[in-house]
Amino acid sequence: MSVGDYIRGSQIWKSIFRHPAPYDRRNRVVVMLTNFFLHLHPVSVKQQGIALSYTWCMGGITFFLFLVEAITGVLLMFYYRPTLEWAYQDILALRDVTTLGIMREIHRWGAHAMVITVWLHMYRVFLTGSYKPPREFNWVVGVLLLVLTLLLSFTGYLLPWDQLAIWAITVGSNMARATPVLGHEGPGFQLLNLGGYDLITSGSDARFLLLGSRFVGEETLNRFYILHCVAIPLAAAGLIAIHFWRIRKDGGISQPL
Amino acid sequence: MNVDPFIDPHPNLTPAVLQGLGWLYLVLCAMNLWWTIRVYREDKHVMVPVLNIELPRATFWALYTSALMIVGFMHVSWTNEDYIDRFPLVLEPGGPFQTTIDFVVANPVTYFVISITGTIAVLLFRKFLVKPTVGWILLNAAVLFQALSMTDYDFRQIVGKPDNVPIVALLYLVGGFTWLYFYKAVENDRRLAEWDGEGPVPVLENDENEKVLVWPDLVYSELICMIAITTLLIVWGIVLEAPLEEPASSAKTPNPSKAPWYFLGLQEMLVYYDPWLAGVVFPTMILGGLMAIPYIDFNRIGNGYYVFRQRAFSIITFLVGFITLWVAMIILGTFLRGPNWNIFGIYEYWDVHKLEALNNVMLSELFYLDWFGQFLDMPSYGNDDPLGKQVSMILLRELPGFAVIGIYFVALPPLLAMTCLRTFYQRMGYLRFMVFTQLLLWMAALPLKMVLRWALNLKYLVNIPEYFFNI
Repeated sequence: MSVGDYIRGSQIWKSIFRHPAPYDRRNRVVVMLTNFFLHLHPVSVKQQGIALSYTWCMGGITFFLFLVEAITGVLLMFYYRPTLEWAYQDILALRDVTTLGIMREIHRWGAHAMVITVWLHMYRVFLTGSYKPPREFNWVVGVLLLVLTLLLSFTGYLLPWDQLAIWAITVGSNMARATPVLGHEGPGFQLLNLGGYDLITSGSDARFLLLGSRFVGEETLNRFYILHCVAIPLAAAGLIAIHFWRIRKDGGISQPL
Repeated sequence: MNVDPFIDPHPNLTPAVLQGLGWLYLVLCAMNLWWTIRVYREDKHVMVPVLNIELPRATFWALYTSALMIVGFMHVSWTNEDYIDRFPLVLEPGGPFQTTIDFVVANPVTYFVISITGTIAVLLFRKFLVKPTVGWILLNAAVLFQALSMTDYDFRQIVGKPDNVPIVALLYLVGGFTWLYFYKAVENDRRLAEWDGEGPVPVLENDENEKVLVWPDLVYSELICMIAITTLLIVWGIVLEAPLEEPASSAKTPNPSKAPWYFLGLQEMLVYYDPWLAGVVFPTMILGGLMAIPYIDFNRIGNGYYVFRQRAFSIITFLVGFITLWVAMIILGTFLRGPNWNIFGIYEYWDVHKLEALNNVMLSELFYLDWFGQFLDMPSYGNDDPLGKQVSMILLRELPGFAVIGIYFVALPPLLAMTCLRTFYQRMGYLRFMVFTQLLLWMAALPLKMVLRWALNLKYLVNIPEYFFNI
């Protein structure tokens, strides 16, 4: 008996996998049904649904990049402190002295790549008409995921707390100042007033809500940190689950039912 | 030319650049070696006109590949600084090639005209462009153009920025995938044109479409893909260091201040629209419009295969939106917008003092002053005037603008329903059609405002600075 057979015959192995290795047809079916991670997939799919020149693999790569970002992100969180005193110093140390400081590079390039793969995934879904019935709503979920991806990237952009970071966020969030009615430089903000006093000022408008302050400062850093590390990833994880579940329920990635 | 930083702080060629380019040429050479073998296996011949002999097509590719190899090795080995002056493959800065390119791209009008005619040309000449040889030549041309441009210092400053590398990748990916789409769509169009309507749709995607087991067919490709992506990210992380500039300072504003690259299309819109439109309303309309796509596209055919003719309208709209109005705008914002948000050529030095005269006017000024010669004896209003008087004065002043916008958003949809989009209206019904035309008009609003700006120097159609309401 080989070592491999001995391991696969042991009680420990069987308690985890509960069936023989997927060498024959029966066990290749069983493995898909019994494995928690694999049950995301059906047992069998149409060949086109997995042909690389058809799918471009962009949705799958996006999900994998999301996992990479989660793992490298958690590792970075062990090191990084989101305060004015330490944020920049910690990134500097990640670059210069920290073992595995390359996690920051992987995290940043992975984030850029994820924005691109989301776009290309949408491009493919559109060009193959995969948003057509019965998958209309999954396209909507996908657009929401696009928004979350961009927001994740945008909130993460601030965290290094260098010139590139605060000015990109300043330029980006200045738009909120001009929100109609709700921004203090937006059209119609005068509509919200109480006895002649404006309710919408630079200390109470949409931009203030986003930044937690009148300008990009410590409150913003904290706010974006929580959004980046907790709130948006949780929302994205929930929507990803719905997105995948609906692919199964709608009968695969494309073609009419 | 000298590489001594004290003599020339902006050297076009350095040993490191030559070294890097050498490797790029060698990679291109390896790619073309594969291509040559592929062409050789096809065993096709061409007549050479003057010499009157027949040669295998692979001969020309072999010559080109050899040339690339020589060029590549020359770059890799000729890195001694003394040789740089005599380097035979230098694209001189300020040469006619660079001047022409800069002249064309460093102008929003020509840039936009090129990007829109480019999109139209791709649609019109798709059958020619999807020939594998044509596609391969285009790829080679793009890589060679980039390689030659990398010898320019100013080009390297902007394209070589670590954060801009993904945008270069995006260009190649969007180009490559668009080519792949048309390659399949043209073939499917041809097949569908010959189809008699019997049996399953005869598209490429249905040729081999049996059910296969997910284990092993899918899980193994997923594993390989995950390993490939992980490798790519690690190599990318080793080669390029993530950018880290000086510590944040709210006192020192960089010039230009740019949003993250994926928002630069929106930032570019700020040139033509005020922040409340470019930064709030337009993004909302873009996202709402994207979500609305499945509900306004009444065409049920073309699900599950690449096709052009069956879905021509929706494909053209999406290509114009994604490539011309989104990706091209990001390229413009990233690579061409410099200090003071002036536009610069790709080989041009980012001079902070570059001046561009701007004499933008409002529609109300154009209307009353230029076309009627006077402000029509309009009484002015002061701060003490009652609100009602101020508002009615403003409304009178901005009447032309409101009229234009009213016609555009209110009168155009029914007109379209009665004329060129008649079948759309009949098949979509009232509500769907109205949502659809509003979205389409919003999408067209950006290029239209651009044209108005370039043709009439028009800044705002409606200009009510008193209430931050400018359109």
